[in-house]
Amino acid sequence: MRAIGIVASGVFRDSIRDRIAYGLVFFAVLLMAASFLLAQLTAGQDVKIIKDLGLAASSAIGLFIAVFFGIGLVTKEVDRRSIYSLLSKPVTRSQFIVGKYVGLVLTLLINLAVMVIAFYVVLAYLDWTTPASAKAAWEAPALDPRMLKAFVLIGVELMVMTAVTLFFSTFSSSFLSVAMTAAVYIIGHFGDDLKHLDVTVQSYILPILARGAYYVMPNLARLDIKAAVVHAEPVSAAQMFFASLSSGLYVATLLVGATIIFSRRDLK
Amino acid sequence: MDAIRTEGLTKRYSVGFWKPRPYAALEDLNLTVAQGEVFGFLGPNGAGKTTTLKLLMQLIYPTSGHAEILGQPVGDVAVRRRIGYLPENPYFYENLTAEELIEYFARLFGYSSADGKKRAGKLLDEVGIGVERRFHLRKFSKGMVQRVGIAQALVNDPEVVFLDEPMSGLDPIGRREVRELILRLRERGCTVFFSSHVLSDAEALCSRVAILAKGRLVANGPLDALTAFQARGWELVVSGLKEEVLGRAKYRLSHVTPLGGGRFALELPPTTAPEQLIPDLVDAGAHIVSLNPLRATLEDFFIAQVGAAGDARMTSDDRVAGRAAS
Repeated sequence: MRAIGIVASGVFRDSIRDRIAYGLVFFAVLLMAASFLLAQLTAGQDVKIIKDLGLAASSAIGLFIAVFFGIGLVTKEVDRRSIYSLLSKPVTRSQFIVGKYVGLVLTLLINLAVMVIAFYVVLAYLDWTTPASAKAAWEAPALDPRMLKAFVLIGVELMVMTAVTLFFSTFSSSFLSVAMTAAVYIIGHFGDDLKHLDVTVQSYILPILARGAYYVMPNLARLDIKAAVVHAEPVSAAQMFFASLSSGLYVATLLVGATIIFSRRDLK
Repeated sequence: MDAIRTEGLTKRYSVGFWKPRPYAALEDLNLTVAQGEVFGFLGPNGAGKTTTLKLLMQLIYPTSGHAEILGQPVGDVAVRRRIGYLPENPYFYENLTAEELIEYFARLFGYSSADGKKRAGKLLDEVGIGVERRFHLRKFSKGMVQRVGIAQALVNDPEVVFLDEPMSGLDPIGRREVRELILRLRERGCTVFFSSHVLSDAEALCSRVAILAKGRLVANGPLDALTAFQARGWELVVSGLKEEVLGRAKYRLSHVTPLGGGRFALELPPTTAPEQLIPDLVDAGAHIVSLNPLRATLEDFFIAQVGAAGDARMTSDDRVAGRAAS
């Protein structure tokens, strides 16, 4: 555990100082601030627009950081040969994989926390400048704490996508890792459609393949409650728990797979 | 107990996309390195030196054979607590400072953060990194990264240290400092295994060398023994030698070089014993200034061995398609 913690701290220290990560988080914060101006152009929809844009920006920027840095965790380390020095120390390959994963997740969660703070600051300003009569038309208060549920599941989704990227990067090139991660992300958001493809498609083979993909791919649609929290629809604790639990199991499976593949790999 | 032992260590890769064929990067390497030795692992580019080091660090896995370090299999994590490794052209996390990087590696060996910082300071002093230690590594030159690489290889005060081309990227002062560092390591009883194609470094530092060519070991032994039997003859410097005496003696010499001031350097072939020639020259009025054996340098030996390996063993193509073993 100690070795995992030290490897994770190294990843965290290296990636938290990366200018690209800074730039992306800054961009997300800027987008949230800009959404305030955009909201002024609409009548009665201002708070909804800010919430929609803020949650979408946090998710997209987080995903970009997860994929961009996730590839670097193994592929770039091997390509640049920085891994040679590390693996000649008393660190096993499985400790390396898990440590890298934990370090990047930590970085992502810190970045996400910054975006959450920026999001609530923008909403607090809107709340402060909006007259009470206008607030009455809102579906939910501007500073609705239930939106944190969406951020929690965005965090869980980022953990899943980091594991997916890490898994692919243990055996393929950067480009292929990105392409396959993008495919998993897209398919993952259409999980329920894949499961019930036989209802809409007149084919024998395709629904079987789609059902197979449904069971192999992570069900990211269940982690997407952004629209629900913006419209103040209820999201139960059980739904949150089971979505997080299944994601956790998926992450664990991917990390075990990544470790097995990476432990057998020649680092040329 | 040997510091390093390999038995039949072999690594073959598949080359070719449509029709993969095995490529012998290393064939049947049998090697032992005693504790406390400075061992030079020499060979031209592509000889298999880095492949061997990667096998010893278990960054790659052997096709056959096995290797031990300090009596333990190379895959044992415990053995890594006792060794250090400088990869060829090292690269490190560019958003960390040199000090942070060494502290990070020190913590992997059980150092606390505070002790790791102290260790980092000491090692960076030793490799000549000054105030730059607080700069991010992305701002470092190649030579400075190399120095940091050497420092990280020594972070655990290793019993055996593996250095892959340690002088690469260093200026003359840096090379001299690293040579001195290697000698200090030897004095401490540390085994140093270093790969290089710069023979003067090996000649200055090593007690034993092995030469690798085209994936095969072509020579292995103490430096003195490898070069001594290659003695090329003698160099005799004389003065006051008359032209007619020189003319008579010429058939017994392999080369005559006028040095100025009436002095000549006479090169004797190994078949001519100097004690046979010297009395004749002295009788003819010559004065003996000096007599030195002409020993082969490591470079001469290296070129002869590598050249022979190229002629007699295999061509580059032979390393592919399994013909290497023939």
